[in-house]
Amino acid sequence: MSARTLFDKVWAAHEVVPETAETPAVLYIDLHLTHEVTSPQAFSQLKSLGLPVRRTDRTLATLDHSTPTRTEQVFGSTPIVMDAAAKQVRAMEQNCADFGVELFGMRDPKRGIVHIIGPELGASQPGFTIVCGDSHTSTHGAFGALAFGIGSTEVGHVFATQCLLQRKPKSFAVNVGGHLKPGVTAKDLILAIIGKVGVSGGTGHVLEYRGAAISALSMEERMTICNMSIEAGARAGMIAPDETTFQYLKGRPRAPSGGDWERSLARWKSLPTDPGARFDASLDIDAASLAPMITYGTNPGMVLPINGAIPLKSGDAVFDKALAYMGFKAGDAMLGKPIDVVFIGSCTNGRLEDLHAAARVLRGRKVAKGVQLLIVPGSQAVKREAEAAGLAQIFLDAGADWRESGCSMCLGMNGDLVGKGKYSVSTSNRNFEGRQGVGARTLLASPYTAAASAVCGRIADPRELL
Amino acid sequence: MQPLQVIRSKTVVMASTNIDTDQIIPARFLTVTTKEGLGKELFADWRYDAQGNPNPNFVLNQPQSKGSQVLVAGKNFGCGSSREHAPWALLDFGFRAVISSEIADIFKNNSLKNGLLPVVVDEATHAWLIGNPGADVTIDLSTNTLTLPGERRIAFAIEAFARYGLLNGVDELGYLRSKLADIERYEAARGW
Repeated sequence: MSARTLFDKVWAAHEVVPETAETPAVLYIDLHLTHEVTSPQAFSQLKSLGLPVRRTDRTLATLDHSTPTRTEQVFGSTPIVMDAAAKQVRAMEQNCADFGVELFGMRDPKRGIVHIIGPELGASQPGFTIVCGDSHTSTHGAFGALAFGIGSTEVGHVFATQCLLQRKPKSFAVNVGGHLKPGVTAKDLILAIIGKVGVSGGTGHVLEYRGAAISALSMEERMTICNMSIEAGARAGMIAPDETTFQYLKGRPRAPSGGDWERSLARWKSLPTDPGARFDASLDIDAASLAPMITYGTNPGMVLPINGAIPLKSGDAVFDKALAYMGFKAGDAMLGKPIDVVFIGSCTNGRLEDLHAAARVLRGRKVAKGVQLLIVPGSQAVKREAEAAGLAQIFLDAGADWRESGCSMCLGMNGDLVGKGKYSVSTSNRNFEGRQGVGARTLLASPYTAAASAVCGRIADPRELL
Repeated sequence: MQPLQVIRSKTVVMASTNIDTDQIIPARFLTVTTKEGLGKELFADWRYDAQGNPNPNFVLNQPQSKGSQVLVAGKNFGCGSSREHAPWALLDFGFRAVISSEIADIFKNNSLKNGLLPVVVDEATHAWLIGNPGADVTIDLSTNTLTLPGERRIAFAIEAFARYGLLNGVDELGYLRSKLADIERYEAARGW
């Protein structure tokens, strides 16, 4: 057999019916993750057709997008303040009960952001196909899974058949040589990659991140990389499973165990791309050349090294509109710009290592006067671990607001908002207009940069505080 | 889903590149549990001011846009979030097709499943359309052609199976369910 990529292998292993000129492939889905925002219409479709969820054992549900993060609304007697959100949460509880789908409900210790809990439970595994009605499903590609976001109609298809109709995307190798310098993180690397590929450069492709710099990353860092594949327009992002992957998975509650573990391991070891396999596109980047990165515009591709200045472009109306929205001028230096809010969390940077990074900067320091620092763990498990490790106390001592898990200010659906015209340094994934609330101005960066900026009250280079 | 064959309309142009689904329908409107009625929130943050009054400078609020079924948008339309609320909102507002030089993958898939036709054209055709708002165009899915004024015909590609579904107004679930025996065989072979 000719040399195949990781993506080729995972795709081929899930073709129930291969594609033809007239029909797409019927692709089997091993794990279907679902949440309260993009599933109600799919459940309604099942109800109207009188169909069950075909494989409840391959379906996991959580509440994350519209849920409150204030403890009194999650665990206390205070109801969810937003009526529409409360209604959506109740609909999810009812749908999951009606269809027999396992739901990590509001007070469940396993609840969290859908892309945080799949990995931490060991449910996201190498070689799997994983989908969710959420574009950041690409996160799970860090395990060597083919994981991608779908719409609500397709959520219904997976509920009803455990399959999707799909055309095979093209492949794209992102070769990352060298090693990241101190203070430069996986977040900085993926922002630099998006800056190079462009926000639509990955359209129609599945990225595979490869090379020495990728192999050196922890699983949590790999998840940060794969998470933002969609911001380059890609269908998915993948990283070949290796010893780091296996060590992470071993012993997790839903990972294989006993004889199953050995059999799975043998299968997983056959997944990496064969030598000589060809990709439809490729890009090389040197990790050692990178500085901490920060965005300055209204899409994640508008990104700069933190010590850089906003480029000068004449006659580009879209560029001018983005700068006008941000209240910036071409030629401006990023360092030293005043900020109002810092958000540390999300499926991009809401894991324990991210909180350790933030704590490294915040330990013994105070949040600058007039700045709000909101730290939202990615899951209840992350919250417990951060509290046990003393991180939460460091955050509270610094003057941060420490919350229950959820998507929170990444998209502001739950009422955690930045405020009109205010500047937010955020560890999340999108700096679109209004993403963090009407008129909010988002600057995407790493947990180090976010924490350093919170302490300084302005955009700061974290390397000076590490 | 309504069968879709021919769309004849003047165009509305939104020239910005990278119009993301957060602009098409902001996240705060996603707390719905149905698909209907989202047209009033389409492009809400561009369309209305802080008091909820229509912004007269926004193209969809201008009289020439009334009744248009074809949106011509800048490159990479529909990027970002996978929310299917974006095509639902565009359809509810009255659009039946989106034309661009590039349309984001998930948005394109979601559109095809709801009867909103994503039409990807070459850069030159796209530039002409962007430069000529209000042009009378005809999109004929039975021949995969976009006809511009002066009988200029442009061929466009569309995935064969989705095209069949659109022309006949059928969704894909029926086809997928017809493959259940194959799916069961696959599961048995994998011990799944």
